[in-house]
Amino acid sequence: MSQRQVTLEVLRYRPESDSEPVFQSYTVPCQKEWVVLDALNYIKENLDRTLSYRWSCHMAVCGSCGMVINDMPMLSCKAFLRNLPDKIKVEPLHNFPVERDLVVVLDDFMDKLKVVKPYLIPREPAATPDGTYKQSTAQLKKFKPYAMCINCLACYSVCPQYGLNDGFAGPAALALAHRYNTDSRDQGRSAREDVVASNIGIWECTFVGACSEVCPKNVDPAAAIQQTKIASTVDFFKDKLLPGRKSGRASHE
Amino acid sequence: MNNQSNPRRPFVRPLPTSWWLKEKRYVRYMTREATCLFIGLYALILLVGIFRLSQGADAFDAYLVALWSPASLILSVFIFQMAVIHSMSWFNLTPKAMPLWIGDKQAPGWIIVGAHYGGWFVVSVMVFFWLGGLM
Repeated sequence: MSQRQVTLEVLRYRPESDSEPVFQSYTVPCQKEWVVLDALNYIKENLDRTLSYRWSCHMAVCGSCGMVINDMPMLSCKAFLRNLPDKIKVEPLHNFPVERDLVVVLDDFMDKLKVVKPYLIPREPAATPDGTYKQSTAQLKKFKPYAMCINCLACYSVCPQYGLNDGFAGPAALALAHRYNTDSRDQGRSAREDVVASNIGIWECTFVGACSEVCPKNVDPAAAIQQTKIASTVDFFKDKLLPGRKSGRASHE
Repeated sequence: MNNQSNPRRPFVRPLPTSWWLKEKRYVRYMTREATCLFIGLYALILLVGIFRLSQGADAFDAYLVALWSPASLILSVFIFQMAVIHSMSWFNLTPKAMPLWIGDKQAPGWIIVGAHYGGWFVVSVMVFFWLGGLM
């Protein structure tokens, strides 16, 4: 049987020569177990050394190879050619400036990720003499799905709010804030609230829900953001109704 | 800094105003959002009714006659459909916003959605009989 040939229409952008991105077509002889990333590697090694794209692990863990394949953002290392037609359109992630070819500029996301404090702000003192914290299975289950994010940014690529609103922190950053807020070892919710519940945070989300549909790790950022909205609203009313509560929370943290 | 010293020239792909027509999920979202306009319109119609009531019995009777006109009935049926779409689309999203934990297990989404539909049904029946009692 002859080897299957697929045509990859890759959006190219070479800032030194292109005024705007243009599609370039490559015909790739592929093996049946290949993913789109293998086809890109074939192009890079055999057809066109100038093609630029990010990748690292080739096993859906590092999150580097997120790109838009046939109009759907996904990990190119998880996009099997056997599930795709013979003509495959490959573009960089939407809603980010294109640095070169399939490489996008991540600075905006990195800045926004930082401000939501995506790390444990632990309760003190530790619950056990050896400095570790006890956490039950039930407590772990509440935040674990949100800890699966690999920052591939597929969710940002489909989020119209992120595309239309420069300030919006976006799905992955807010899902990570929720991940730490719901961790029983953490007490940083108030510290994160200044950003999370601000005009760049959860209230800019209009619950399109596309972020959760495309997430390759089933993180469900839309759920995280809606749950944060409810928690933040409850906080707002408690702070209004119980004098001194907010300042008490802030100093405790 | 000129281009020779900095070869970077990131290209921003514009988001066209027709972005929401590009994919079914965006059309669904915009439909859900648009239905609220019709619910707002019905709220305005009810406010007009209160205003006409404040003007006396004749004014309110004229308002009621206008409500029973064919055009108003068609509009009401249309708004009712919009309200149903609006309510259903939000009810179906409730498991995301309000996950229910029983011990260390998350309850299936249909329980939360079903509870909303159940509540909706009970309130509708109560309103139906309440209105029936008034008539």
